Amino acid sequence: MQTAQVIIELTVLVLAIFIGFEVISKVPTMLHTPLMSGTNAIHGIVLVGAIVVAGLPDQTTWIRIVALAAVALGTINVVGGFVVTDRMLGMFKRRREPDEPE
Amino acid sequence: MSRSDAIALAYLATIIAFILALRFLSSPTTAPLGNRIGAIGMAIAIAATFAQPDLHNYWSILIVMAISAPVGAYAARAVKMTAMPQMVALFNGVGGGAAALVALADFYAVAPDPGRIKADVGISIVLSALIGGISFAGSLVAFAKLQELIRGRPIVYRGQKVVNAALLCGLVALALVILVGPQRESLLIVLVAGALVFGVLFVLPIGGADMPVVISLLNAFTGLAAAATGFVLHNNVLIVSGMLVGASGTLLTILMGRAMNRSLANVLFGAFGQVAAGPSGAAADMDGAGVRATTTDDVAVMLAYAKKVVVVPGYGLAVAQAQHDVRALADLLEQRGVEVSYAIHPVAGRMPGHMNVLLAEANVPYPQLKEMDDANPDFPRTDVALVIGANDVVNPDARSNSGSPIYGMPILNVDEAQQVVVLKRSMNPGFAGIENPLFVNPRTVMLFGDAKDSVEKLISSVKNL
Repeated sequence: MQTAQVIIELTVLVLAIFIGFEVISKVPTMLHTPLMSGTNAIHGIVLVGAIVVAGLPDQTTWIRIVALAAVALGTINVVGGFVVTDRMLGMFKRRREPDEPE
Repeated sequence: MSRSDAIALAYLATIIAFILALRFLSSPTTAPLGNRIGAIGMAIAIAATFAQPDLHNYWSILIVMAISAPVGAYAARAVKMTAMPQMVALFNGVGGGAAALVALADFYAVAPDPGRIKADVGISIVLSALIGGISFAGSLVAFAKLQELIRGRPIVYRGQKVVNAALLCGLVALALVILVGPQRESLLIVLVAGALVFGVLFVLPIGGADMPVVISLLNAFTGLAAAATGFVLHNNVLIVSGMLVGASGTLLTILMGRAMNRSLANVLFGAFGQVAAGPSGAAADMDGAGVRATTTDDVAVMLAYAKKVVVVPGYGLAVAQAQHDVRALADLLEQRGVEVSYAIHPVAGRMPGHMNVLLAEANVPYPQLKEMDDANPDFPRTDVALVIGANDVVNPDARSNSGSPIYGMPILNVDEAQQVVVLKRSMNPGFAGIENPLFVNPRTVMLFGDAKDSVEKLISSVKNL
């Protein structure tokens, strides 16, 4: 049972690698900076792991501090990542309204 | 449907949202929507996690999130577009740090008392701690180099590679000890500390110009660390999202290396750019004879009476925040009937596509931006190539001098234009620290000064003609 779960997880992992390569190879050079920043925001998903660990019962104090520090870092990663990407992509959108004041 | 099924489905929605977000990045028109879909996916995953039946400490978690979210948002809003690469490095670093801390905190929770941690979980914890730690420390050094808090030039010493290799071997050995030997928390703390030290030592010898490649690689690392965390917590959304980032970061790193005609090994271990940091004899040669300085009035005449002008923007333009002025100058020239276009090298700026972001910020019309392969055939028909703060990407040594460190890198052939005007702050070599024979080419004239300042003067000179 335990082994089966690991194998399913490995399968998911391998499929994710292929999807990742497939999807990314279609992104033009022009958008590589937003891409880097966008994927940067996505790995902020580690916040989910941080919340799970911080939410475990019966922790010692220092473990709780470490877990909450992980929550803080993860939150900064997620919020900052998406906001910065949105700002960058906003620059591209604006070029269709050429006479907008700065 | 049980609550845990609902949570699993919510995570599936998140996975779909992330894949769509990346898919939509293939075009600038759909990309902003894609990013928002990704953000919504993230919100769904976080909400689903809070819905877990056995989650404790709600309030402390929520309070910590409420405090740190504005920090991230403020940093992201306040940063200038030119400083974007180091901001990405910083956000990447905190993500890696989070992965390492999750591994550390989870170690106690999964360790049965008495008994041993299961092999798969143990391996994942150790990997997450190790990779996350390296990514955290490495990203901070990359940030410091790009922000010029520390020297951008490679920092090298004798036996450096041996020290780094030994440290890495030591870390792997320690990881094995944790897996098969005494499973003590203190050992894992030592492992994370060692990973931090390695992260610093690993990035120090890499030159500032190569930092984008390093950030992309560390981005992939953080993704892997997140995926490893997913194995610890048996959470698919972490595994898939982490690996999507891991795959994309790896691919992007390879593409960047290709654009510079360098292997990843050369980027990581070549200490690129340290050559020119040594004796300054060659620099002295170039300071003197061949360089011809000029005035804004001369350049204004040259531009105003040209038929075709190609602007080659580089990082110097970005630093000087001159993109808006350059666009104003281009508009002015176009009113006089001059054909103006921009030639963008794939690694212009400090990240691939960085220059496109900056010019887009200045509302430069889309069709005027030419990528390298489209721009190069046009140079022989170009009257004036206006090089603004670019250096290595127009260095003819890359074509002809096999001794040059950038030999083989594809460049923009501006030296084929009738006239080349180089706007540059001084004769200092560029970010990579390599001399550029373009500056002593008889067709080249140099206009020294801050790019923004020079372009503003050019605008008024052209107006007065």
